[in-house]
Amino acid sequence: MKISAFHLMPHRELPADFEKRYESVWVTPPWWELADARRVGEYYNWTLDELLYAAKCGFDGVCTNEHHQNAYGFMPSPNIMGSVLAKLTNGSDVAIVQMGATLPTSNPPLRVAEEYAMLDCISGGRLVAGLPLGSPMDVSLCYGVTPMEHRERYREAFALTLKAWQAREIFAWNGRYFQLANVNLWPRPIQQPHPPIWVPGSGSISTFDFAVEHDVCYCFLSYSGARSAKTMMDGYWRVVADKGRDLNPYRAGFLQLVVVAENDARAEEMYARHVEYFYHKCLHVPGIWFSPPGNQDYRSLVATMHNPVRRAENPKTLRYRDFVERGYVIAGSPATVRDRLKEEVIDSLRVGNLMVLLQIGSMPHELALENIDRFAREVLPHLRGVWDDEGWVNHWWPKRLRESARRRGAAAVGARPV
Amino acid sequence: MIREETHSVWQGRVRIRVLSKGRGPALVFFHGPWGLTWDPFLEELAQSFSVVAPEHPGTTPAAPDDIYHLDGLWDLVLCYDELLEALGLENAAFVGHSFGAMVACEVAAAYPRRARSLTLIAPIGFWRDAEPVVNWMMLDLDALRGRIFRDPAGDAAKRMFGPSEPPDAAAATRVRLMWSMGATGKFIWPIPDKGLKKRIHRVKAPTLLLWGQDDRLVPPAYADEFVRRLPGAGVQTMDGCGHAPQLEQPNRVAQMVRDFLRL
Repeated sequence: MKISAFHLMPHRELPADFEKRYESVWVTPPWWELADARRVGEYYNWTLDELLYAAKCGFDGVCTNEHHQNAYGFMPSPNIMGSVLAKLTNGSDVAIVQMGATLPTSNPPLRVAEEYAMLDCISGGRLVAGLPLGSPMDVSLCYGVTPMEHRERYREAFALTLKAWQAREIFAWNGRYFQLANVNLWPRPIQQPHPPIWVPGSGSISTFDFAVEHDVCYCFLSYSGARSAKTMMDGYWRVVADKGRDLNPYRAGFLQLVVVAENDARAEEMYARHVEYFYHKCLHVPGIWFSPPGNQDYRSLVATMHNPVRRAENPKTLRYRDFVERGYVIAGSPATVRDRLKEEVIDSLRVGNLMVLLQIGSMPHELALENIDRFAREVLPHLRGVWDDEGWVNHWWPKRLRESARRRGAAAVGARPV
Repeated sequence: MIREETHSVWQGRVRIRVLSKGRGPALVFFHGPWGLTWDPFLEELAQSFSVVAPEHPGTTPAAPDDIYHLDGLWDLVLCYDELLEALGLENAAFVGHSFGAMVACEVAAAYPRRARSLTLIAPIGFWRDAEPVVNWMMLDLDALRGRIFRDPAGDAAKRMFGPSEPPDAAAATRVRLMWSMGATGKFIWPIPDKGLKKRIHRVKAPTLLLWGQDDRLVPPAYADEFVRRLPGAGVQTMDGCGHAPQLEQPNRVAQMVRDFLRL
């Protein structure tokens, strides 16, 4: 089992009536009314400190991600964050999990191949190369990519990236969207033939096929918890089996929101408002923006319209206890959290690469550290060995770190950071 | 009776269904971003013209993926030249709505001899920072309905948005509208100024601009952008209409077209 700390780098101090006053948390929230650059500088530093603390505490990896023009999570360049993390975790066995730089928003997308190669070099071969499609808000609404070209551009860029990392000779790329006459990547990654690849998705069938065909780790990034992800992930495992791949649990990643306290009641006292802030404010986006016309291909559009996979449940009508009860958030005492993670997420969805979001919404820095600390001490050690007895190899983890879990476990938990 | 035939262009990769009806001078209708339906406006025009209404690539049923064979506006304009060739139409009166009006104007600029006249109903094609064209692809369908039509509860709106029951019919309507916007949106995302300003001077055809006074998607002020570049173009602003005057007041708009074409 590999367990990584995920971070969104959200705005932590949106006004109480944010979702009533503003159209959306993404694309159109007015910076000058809502944010202050000096304060945001603190958010970035807290984010880095929280991830570095997680690294020290024994997490297997630290995850950053790319989003634009929003207060939900604004690391427009995850590789800037990743390079700080790579440098400051040198000498440790933590993976730098970039979840990641978005190919369709990078022009030419070779930029991602270059920067990931840099990160792999700086970190001594500890990079996990997340290659997300990017959200329609980021790619189409903010960055101007035609919705109908989003997936095609991604697929072409994905193929270009893999070739650029591996080609022994200089090559010409005469693509539909990208033309480059002399591709000769400097630097190349340490990991050969290339760093492990994770492809995050939100349950689209075409992404399952893509992930299995390319033999990458498919990561389901959902905020609706494992129970509602069950159908989706069962569908993924069916595709894995149909295409003749083994059922290695490390083929699957999952992101789960988690808060831990001494007991369940304390968890509610400490975290309820931050969880509600996240679901009520940070996900405040007009529904159509998640899938503007042309974003889905015709077949998927017909399938979604006639047969919506997820009943549209409006999280704004739910409160903390609903989120916990429905598994959107796994919350409570270490024992509760361990059991639910093991049962509902790891076993039920067959997940080998777990990501946990521990700084949630408005959660202040000190409380985020406390959550990370408690998870690392009282939950993580109990889950680490979950798949060990089955003998699977995590091909989607940096090779030199695959065997490091026991060493990391033994290193115990570090002191609180300065 | 409405005739229906499908033509293949673009090395056979793009299939375009064409609806046609009527007798008289040839008139080609380029539909807007929400797909083609044979509506009362076309029916009315068919009394005086031989109306030919092609479906934009990708919006022809059973050929949705054909849209992936076109990369941009240049490809689209060439497809229409091939289609007119296939239809045996040396030239015709062009009428277009919204996105379709922009396409009509582009074809008329690329092939000035093909357009005998241009009737542009609430056309897009230009951009003003102070009066942005609303990106209808960012609106949910309910909001969109209120933006297209002056009267979102009226018959014209009902015809475009279909019945809400049974669920399968409602879903089919959503698919049709979403896919039509996606396929046409390919040529205008994210700002519908794709260089018409560089090419419009080539248009030789007499031009009439029609605008609904209450257009809440493309402000009527955009008429100035066209008139400035097409000296002699006429402008008619219509009260009681939104972005689709030909659907909300079909007889009145059809009469304007007839008057413009002096029939």
